[in-house]
Amino acid sequence: MEGFSQLTSRLIPIPTENIDTDQIIPARFLKVTDKEGLGKVAFCDWRYTDTVARLDDADAATLNENFVMNDERYQGATVILAGDNFGCGSSREHAPWALMGAGVRAVISTSFADIFRSNSLKNGLLPIIVSPRTHHRLFEMVNEDPGTEVTIDLESNQLRLPDGTAEEFPIDGFARKCILQGVDQLGYLLSFREKIEEFERSHVVYGSPVG
Amino acid sequence: MDHGARTLFDKVWDRHVVVDEPDAPSVLYIDLHLVHEVTSPQAFTGLRNRGLTVRRPDRTLATMDHSTPTTPHHMPMEDALAAAQLKALEQNTGQFGITLYGLGSENQGIVHVIGPQLGLTQPGKTIVCGDSHTSTHGAFGALAFGIGTSEIEHVLATQTLLQDKPKTYEVRVDGQLKPGVSAKDIILGLISKIGIGGGTGHVFEYRGEAIRSLGMEQRMTICNMSIEAGARAGMIAPDEITFEYLAGRPHAPQGTEWEAALSYWKTLPSDEGATFDTSFVMDASELEPMITYGTNPGMGMPITGRIPRPDDLSSSDQRGTLEKALAYMDLRPGESLLGKKIDVVFIGSCTNSRISDLRLAAQMMEGQKIAPGVRVLVVPGSATVKRQAEEEGIDRVFKEAGAEWREAGCSMCIAMNGDQLEPGQYAVSTNNRNFEGRQGKGGRTFLASPLTAAACAITGSVTDPRRLFERELAAV
Repeated sequence: MEGFSQLTSRLIPIPTENIDTDQIIPARFLKVTDKEGLGKVAFCDWRYTDTVARLDDADAATLNENFVMNDERYQGATVILAGDNFGCGSSREHAPWALMGAGVRAVISTSFADIFRSNSLKNGLLPIIVSPRTHHRLFEMVNEDPGTEVTIDLESNQLRLPDGTAEEFPIDGFARKCILQGVDQLGYLLSFREKIEEFERSHVVYGSPVG
Repeated sequence: MDHGARTLFDKVWDRHVVVDEPDAPSVLYIDLHLVHEVTSPQAFTGLRNRGLTVRRPDRTLATMDHSTPTTPHHMPMEDALAAAQLKALEQNTGQFGITLYGLGSENQGIVHVIGPQLGLTQPGKTIVCGDSHTSTHGAFGALAFGIGTSEIEHVLATQTLLQDKPKTYEVRVDGQLKPGVSAKDIILGLISKIGIGGGTGHVFEYRGEAIRSLGMEQRMTICNMSIEAGARAGMIAPDEITFEYLAGRPHAPQGTEWEAALSYWKTLPSDEGATFDTSFVMDASELEPMITYGTNPGMGMPITGRIPRPDDLSSSDQRGTLEKALAYMDLRPGESLLGKKIDVVFIGSCTNSRISDLRLAAQMMEGQKIAPGVRVLVVPGSATVKRQAEEEGIDRVFKEAGAEWREAGCSMCIAMNGDQLEPGQYAVSTNNRNFEGRQGKGGRTFLASPLTAAACAITGSVTDPRRLFERELAAV
């Protein structure tokens, strides 16, 4: 997992509500056995005008000029500003892998789907929840000035706007600690080995085992 | 309010908490871990990189379903990437000692169809899988939810997960369904009311007269789509219908163990006076067959209804979302879908591919021909469902009507295996998601019940199944 403490970036505005994981990465790219190269097919069917059938085809595909990620004003930005309920749909962790592969480090929205949020935090991609008022304000600001920059400070849980205002964002405390301190969640779970063994000794699972 | 009263969810959760540390999520024990080819390879790589083993292979089961062809399984696979992924699952399960029901196995099938079928899905269990439709298994009173690949690795290595306790949400469905209206219409009706984010952060418990009247396979259809309302899990308290379904299944407890299990299962229903964080009540008798018109499962309406007008919506975001969806679907506000010409009908998926779903569709298609120019795929949920359907002669009904009778798998629900829509095509589909491109880039999906899908197959257009049902009823 990539560490994170603070970043300042312009915003990539995608006002669509309910952006599902099939849009973030279409299922045809899930036939991989590793995590590499998925960044080029993030938002594939919105990003390219050609039908990209395979990962490698993305290199030669024609960019959709109308899609905001291809707008040169937002090149280099690492934060997506998205509509409500971002990441709904499937459990594919390929969604945060693809976003991070495309250089995205945080997504700001009014809410996130549970599994996407959990998967993102495990990879150091920050789901930043803001109030509808701030959400609206951010879209206004970026529409007025595409150069609008925000600062996300994970140490203080604050999102700082260019007008000097700041909003504290809610984030799961344990996940935050893991990201800030580089705590390995599997390592943490493995540290409970004795407790798990003790639990298993008295825990009844009925029926015959698998196999 | 009774502070000692607990919900079904509370009881299953409490029984599986291994460690509750302050300032950290609970360590939750997992009784059954289901694995498939698409979301697991990176997790096995993670284990190998750290030199870890699988803690409980006896509580882990793998199958192949997502990217598998539904043409005869002994044929060589055309898609080299998919073939490599299946090979990886074979190697991973072989190396780590996990049972695999691969292609050609008599138990192969969609992971959420085979778990219940084998009797591995049981009341009171915690069940996870790297697939969001794991919520299906909640129909038995299990706590079952989808997880990501990092979490798959955690469960493989430790048989536990780090989980924050979700909130509870009662969905009470009163009354009785009318003829021609089914479980799929209940869940599509619910999602159209509470929205696709309505259940976020919550576990549903479906209760009420309508739910109690449903068979297990219909209950699975409802729990399956809990995730489409944003709830990671949906549960139904076990009852006699549950126990009858389970008795005698290969992995269900037997003899004295059955009696012990039964005693435990009977303690699971929510206590009198137990309270939920949120509640929603609906009346099944008011439901009509449902159909979706948009690009998420919440964009649904009664099949006799009209597509909403963006002007009727309150916020500009909602208007924008609807306009974008209708542009993708090439549909007009205020339009009725009845009579809309369709290209494809898909009957299958973890939502609606079980034997009772196929029976219902076959009942509608018996002695009928599908409309000229319409492609109809019927994809059973498992090799077992396929065998059973063939024993009952249901396959002949479909084949004689002109439908394609395929091998088991996820097929056109996720369109990873070559079964997909062409750009611009319209499909009436019994699956769970109508997202843009879900069934093939540019494809347009109307979600509906198996009965509605079968009616549409016959007419070649969006059709109220009750109109054709009247004919059936008249014949009786």
